[in-house]
Amino acid sequence: MAKSKPRVKVPKKAAKGDLITIKTLISHKMESGQRKDKEGNPIPRSIINKFTCDFNGQVVFACDIEPAISANPFFEFSVRVEESGTFKFTWVDDDGSVYEKTADIAVQ
Amino acid sequence: MSHHVTRRTAMALGGAALVAGVAGITPAHASEIDERISEFTGGAEAQSGRISIDAPEIAENGNTVPIGITVDSPMTDDDFVEAVIVLAAGNPRPGVATFHFSPASGEAAAKTRMRLAKTQDIVAVARMSDGSFYRENRTVKVTIGGCGG
Amino acid sequence: MRTRRTGKGGTRAGIVVAAAMCSMGVLLVGSYVSAEQVNRLTIEDLTIETRVAAPEGHPLGSELISGWEFRTPETQVLQQDDFQNPAFLWVEQAEEAWETEEGAAGKSCASCHGDASESMAGVRAQMPKWNAAAGRPMTMEQHINACRTDRMEAEAWKWESDAMLGMTAYLGLQSRGLPVAVQTDGPMADWIARGKELYYSRVGQLDMACANCHEGYYGQYIRADRLSQGHTNGFPTYRLKWQKLGSLHRRFSGCMKQVRAVPYKRGSEEFVALEAYLASRGGGLSVETPAVRQ
Repeated sequence: MAKSKPRVKVPKKAAKGDLITIKTLISHKMESGQRKDKEGNPIPRSIINKFTCDFNGQVVFACDIEPAISANPFFEFSVRVEESGTFKFTWVDDDGSVYEKTADIAVQ
Repeated sequence: MSHHVTRRTAMALGGAALVAGVAGITPAHASEIDERISEFTGGAEAQSGRISIDAPEIAENGNTVPIGITVDSPMTDDDFVEAVIVLAAGNPRPGVATFHFSPASGEAAAKTRMRLAKTQDIVAVARMSDGSFYRENRTVKVTIGGCGG
Repeated sequence: MRTRRTGKGGTRAGIVVAAAMCSMGVLLVGSYVSAEQVNRLTIEDLTIETRVAAPEGHPLGSELISGWEFRTPETQVLQQDDFQNPAFLWVEQAEEAWETEEGAAGKSCASCHGDASESMAGVRAQMPKWNAAAGRPMTMEQHINACRTDRMEAEAWKWESDAMLGMTAYLGLQSRGLPVAVQTDGPMADWIARGKELYYSRVGQLDMACANCHEGYYGQYIRADRLSQGHTNGFPTYRLKWQKLGSLHRRFSGCMKQVRAVPYKRGSEEFVALEAYLASRGGGLSVETPAVRQ
């Protein structure tokens, strides 16, 4: 797809100290740089190379991404939440674009 | 070809096609994966254990292979998994991803989907907060070709 | 030439097919053993019928089995969670497009059709549907483009464009869980007969018909791939191989290339007829759009 669009799944509520599961997906072709076009010319690499999840300004999970990650990158990971706050998700594209999404969680 | 195809002939033909299917893909050189590992460990020895790699025994399609990594750790402020590098020994380039965890991760577990050019070993190396390293391998079979349109 | 097989015995046609498959390096191994259902396809509390009793005399025997049943657990699970299913990246874009005014008439889909979850419920299950004005059956893609060009005065979407794939997936989703029920009588009868003829016609250098794999050998392996009954209830489908959403006609095209035939064009009368026949053949199975396959 022309424009990369992220999706995130974060529980809206949790109890203090809960281990929550976060899932993220973003549309991206993840061109590996290993393929050739019909004329035999290499197709330049074009991937998302970094994913970061911040919670209230602190990095809680991150991933350095290489071309072997499938198109439309999917990540699932855990976070232990101790307080209410905001998750910020960031994806960095090879072309310099940065895609962001936020999600709030209420912790009782 | 005769209509009476023996199993052996069929196997030979199938085998030939499989070889043809993977020809042209140059696997990552052993040295490159070793380089990536020593770059990650700083040359330290990695012990076995603590990591489990969850991946299908046989991938239905090499373009999208689900993989999960879990490292046994209390994930407290003074004892946690800092990072896990995932490498694919048989891909043109071995790098797949490096997960960075924190004590707030609660558990050192992550899932993603990866590309595998052929049957090969997945290698995961974990760096602990005390500076020790753990390593685990797992073979995933990738069947090349078939129909699939 | 028509080749009909009623049983799973070693008919002459079967031997010829086996020889043809071996010539392309294809092995048929293993057998279909999943007689008892292990998994059930449930998506967010919705149970989808992936096995239904076939009408008497159906060429597939006693049971119609969705392609989902033929996939590995790792692939199956991707369809059981709308978040993990990457097709929803396209669906979300289409949801926005539904509300977006486009074209000289200044209309969006919603301008005429309102809430898609109401107006589009059950629509996908009837595709392709007879259109009296056009004098032919139209697929979901063709209906969408007719709306775009005639009512919105916007440009038609290309068949395999992300926009079209997303919209057909989004509209199909509104029928998820409903039984496929295409019209088979009246003016549709001729089209379905034509599709049936195509289904049993051998084509290409390998001289194979759809039926040779999907009727004669479903459940068995053609080298790496496990053959399904070839139902259409999950399209458009996110395929792991494509790493994107793809149309039913793309899938037809892929099968034809595999038997080394020149594929018909997407949206051609041949593919529309084949789509109509396959919909009638898989009647009663639940719509799974957007499904996930290997």
